[in-house]
Amino acid sequence: MPKDTGIGAATVRREDVRFLTGTGEYTDDIQLAKQTYAVFARSTVAHGTIKSIDTSAAEAMPGVLAVFTGEDFVEVGGNPAGWLINSRDGEPMKEPKRPVLAHGKVRHVGDAYAAVIAETAQQARDAVEAIEADIEELDAIVDMNAALSGSNFVHDEIGTNQCFDWGWIEDNREATDNAIKNAHHVTTLELVNNRLVPNAMEPRASIGSYKASTGEYTLHTTSQNPHLTRLLISAFVLGIPENMLTVIAPDVGGGFGSKIYHYGEEALVLAAAKKIGRPVKWTADRTESFLTDAHGRDHVTKIELALDKDGKFLAFRTDTKANVGAYLSNFSTATPTFLHGTLMAGNYTVPLVYVNVKAVFTNTAPVDAYRGAGRPEATYSIERVIDKAARELGMDPIELRRKNFVKPDQYPFASAAGLEYDAGNYDALMDKMEEVADVAGFEARRKESEAKGLLRGFGVNAYIEACGIAPSNLVGVLGSRVGLYDAATVRVNATGNLSVMVGAHSHGQGHETAFPQVVAEMLGIDPGVIDIVHGDTSKIPFGMGTYGSRSLAVCGSAVVRATEKIINKAKKIAGHMLEASEHDITLADGVFSVSGTDKSVTFGEVALKAYIPHEYPLEDIEPGLEETAFYDPANFTYPSGAYACEVEVDPETGKVTVDRMTAVDDFGNVINPMIVTGQVHGGLAQGIGQALVENTTYDENGQLLSASYMDYTMPRADDMPMFAVDHSQGTPCTHNPLGVKGCGEAGAIGSPPTVVNAVIDALQSGGKDVKHIDMPVSPARVWEAMQ
Amino acid sequence: MTKVTMTVNGKSVSGDVEGRTLLASFLREDQGLTGTHIGCDTSQCGACVVHVDGVAVKSCTMLAAEADGASVDTIEGQANADGSLNVIQQAFQDHHGLQCGFCTPGMVMSAAALLKDNPKPTEQEVREYLEGNICRCTGYHNIVKAIMAASGQDVTAIAAE
Repeated sequence: MPKDTGIGAATVRREDVRFLTGTGEYTDDIQLAKQTYAVFARSTVAHGTIKSIDTSAAEAMPGVLAVFTGEDFVEVGGNPAGWLINSRDGEPMKEPKRPVLAHGKVRHVGDAYAAVIAETAQQARDAVEAIEADIEELDAIVDMNAALSGSNFVHDEIGTNQCFDWGWIEDNREATDNAIKNAHHVTTLELVNNRLVPNAMEPRASIGSYKASTGEYTLHTTSQNPHLTRLLISAFVLGIPENMLTVIAPDVGGGFGSKIYHYGEEALVLAAAKKIGRPVKWTADRTESFLTDAHGRDHVTKIELALDKDGKFLAFRTDTKANVGAYLSNFSTATPTFLHGTLMAGNYTVPLVYVNVKAVFTNTAPVDAYRGAGRPEATYSIERVIDKAARELGMDPIELRRKNFVKPDQYPFASAAGLEYDAGNYDALMDKMEEVADVAGFEARRKESEAKGLLRGFGVNAYIEACGIAPSNLVGVLGSRVGLYDAATVRVNATGNLSVMVGAHSHGQGHETAFPQVVAEMLGIDPGVIDIVHGDTSKIPFGMGTYGSRSLAVCGSAVVRATEKIINKAKKIAGHMLEASEHDITLADGVFSVSGTDKSVTFGEVALKAYIPHEYPLEDIEPGLEETAFYDPANFTYPSGAYACEVEVDPETGKVTVDRMTAVDDFGNVINPMIVTGQVHGGLAQGIGQALVENTTYDENGQLLSASYMDYTMPRADDMPMFAVDHSQGTPCTHNPLGVKGCGEAGAIGSPPTVVNAVIDALQSGGKDVKHIDMPVSPARVWEAMQ
Repeated sequence: MTKVTMTVNGKSVSGDVEGRTLLASFLREDQGLTGTHIGCDTSQCGACVVHVDGVAVKSCTMLAAEADGASVDTIEGQANADGSLNVIQQAFQDHHGLQCGFCTPGMVMSAAALLKDNPKPTEQEVREYLEGNICRCTGYHNIVKAIMAASGQDVTAIAAE
């Protein structure tokens, strides 16, 4: 019988009720008393010198309360990069200032150079039109090769468009070069990991408010990590003391990475609220989201795989140019380096890995972590080149992978890219994938497709990712400027129900349902009496938020640790109530008992005693039952998986249809299988979207051609198949108390190469000599490749 | 300013609007019915779908003044009279047809319109009908499954949750 509560139960989500009845509360739904509206003036050119900005006409417009330009923020700080990368020569990366509003130059289309605050959004919008900005257009820097070779700079003060030139592992460079030079066979592939726009369905929005009598600021904002946002605003941008700034991320309509970062609009609404003494709201329209949300991916890569005559991998060598856009977004420097290079050994025993990444400034929107963040790029490069190698060597792609897999008896396994994998079983995942995907039935399905005039292809993929981001000591050595622990407070109320305050933020992940399952399991009580509080820095402990598939592995572990403290104290109280040693108290099904006797008290009775401490040993035990824990993991977690895809390609039009998609993942232990499966589904759709339809296109002048849903193809319901998802092959993480690994990004990491491998298989089996097509594998590209 | 009067979720409401005020804005800002969401500027995403005189409409594409005299139903009026979830809402919860919840009101309103016209849609019919509703979280699998379940069809054969 499946469980109906606690760990492992597919409990339906309690948060659904408010979302299904239209009573969720997203930032733009909030109307504060005397609220005003901000609208931004944004550059229409990709690169230009700001000669002058005349705001006088705008200031005279009806309803206008204030107009801000970059001049107003010259004295304050900038939005920092959260991760220092050193180049191969030891030089630190270039870090140009990222101001609240552009000053001196505009550096991408959408770069905000002024903002109007007015009584209504329409009045603010009208007044923005009246701002007279004299911006002298400069040549736009769009192409990364041109950026690296030219003398036209995005940031003149640094005199280069190269942010850094990073090598990993630098000590292996020569050995890797030699291995490739001397190998029996080398497979080479040049590929593009296409730029994507995260496209959370809720556009970004922020409301700043200020209380003059106390000097307190409040920011309601669309954030995945309210404490991190507060820290950035306080310590780096506006200098507001942290204890005078409350950041509230209420219901947030998806993030996928784009709402990790602090954006200038958040600082602007706070500064404006103080200036005019009223709350200021800004809500992005969708075009603003396209122009200014941090984009994802955008790597141009050459990868080489050296093999011996038996197909054993000898070395991976990767040369990547990573577009970071016009400014460094908070984690933009970590994504193409430590979230990418360290994964370049994949699931394999390959002894040598060398990765070179040059990060390049261009006159485009900033690029940062988007669902998967570096790991999709690593997986795509590795798994495409392996597929190409299999074809060149005439080997079965599954067998070639199996031949090189890390085997179950090799853990902990030190990968050639510097990570220590703690647990996994890649052959078991592949076995399960072959079963679930019915690989044996593929040839029959191919014949059916042929009969319809369609080319059917089969693609496979194996991936590993590093999640649970991550151990502070390790990331500190690698350049992180923040710690990456998380925190939870478990408050048992006097009447026996619980409030659990967590640093993680839920914007679709179902924490309000899954976290109570963990606490309920530990205490043996009904999860229905446990409530999760998140998103408000005035209510929750200092946690680092939700990204990198870390909520359960890191914050969930903090919940476990805090609950353990609750149990320990409750046992002391129970021992006193039962006149027994705390060491003789056991907890089962919400009842504390004295071992070997029939004496017991319920969890609720202990809670009441803690808050009404009559006849209570105050000299030994404090009243109350509330505990906080911070949890900093010992290592990353390493989810892995084996994916399969079957596509049908129409040779007349080049259209690719995904007919079957199978994802077999090792997430370790699973708390709520329904939620985990849903997370995989969403990742698969984003990965299939990247592979087949999504693309972000700038023209040579830096104009974003794909700036609306009319131009940027979002995956729709009829682009997707039903998915087959399995997570029965979990190997528990060895170093966190729940044995969990994280499931949020897997689908987006594992699926793009699977789809492209399937398309290449379809074309080659159909007699077309096509070795590679860059994503998105659109009908036009497929048709062209077939000619 | 123009005075508009309409029936929203069975109640008569009125307000003064500018000519350019969208129905979505009127519902959200004047009526406080913030369950209707705005996710794009181009009538693509469907987060704002409501029913106007029984027909599914993207309320960001209709002026409030055009709805003068109409009967408008929004997500806030969909639950049963006792406050419990209606069949479609319940199916979305049972089959995990939502994650962040932002597209959900539009999905539920579109699903209701679909099932009114086509009480037993096939999987493909559901997928094609949802062309005008974008979800970034679910990959659509569980939304399609929920809508088919809400129509009374057996969905146990569709891959497990």
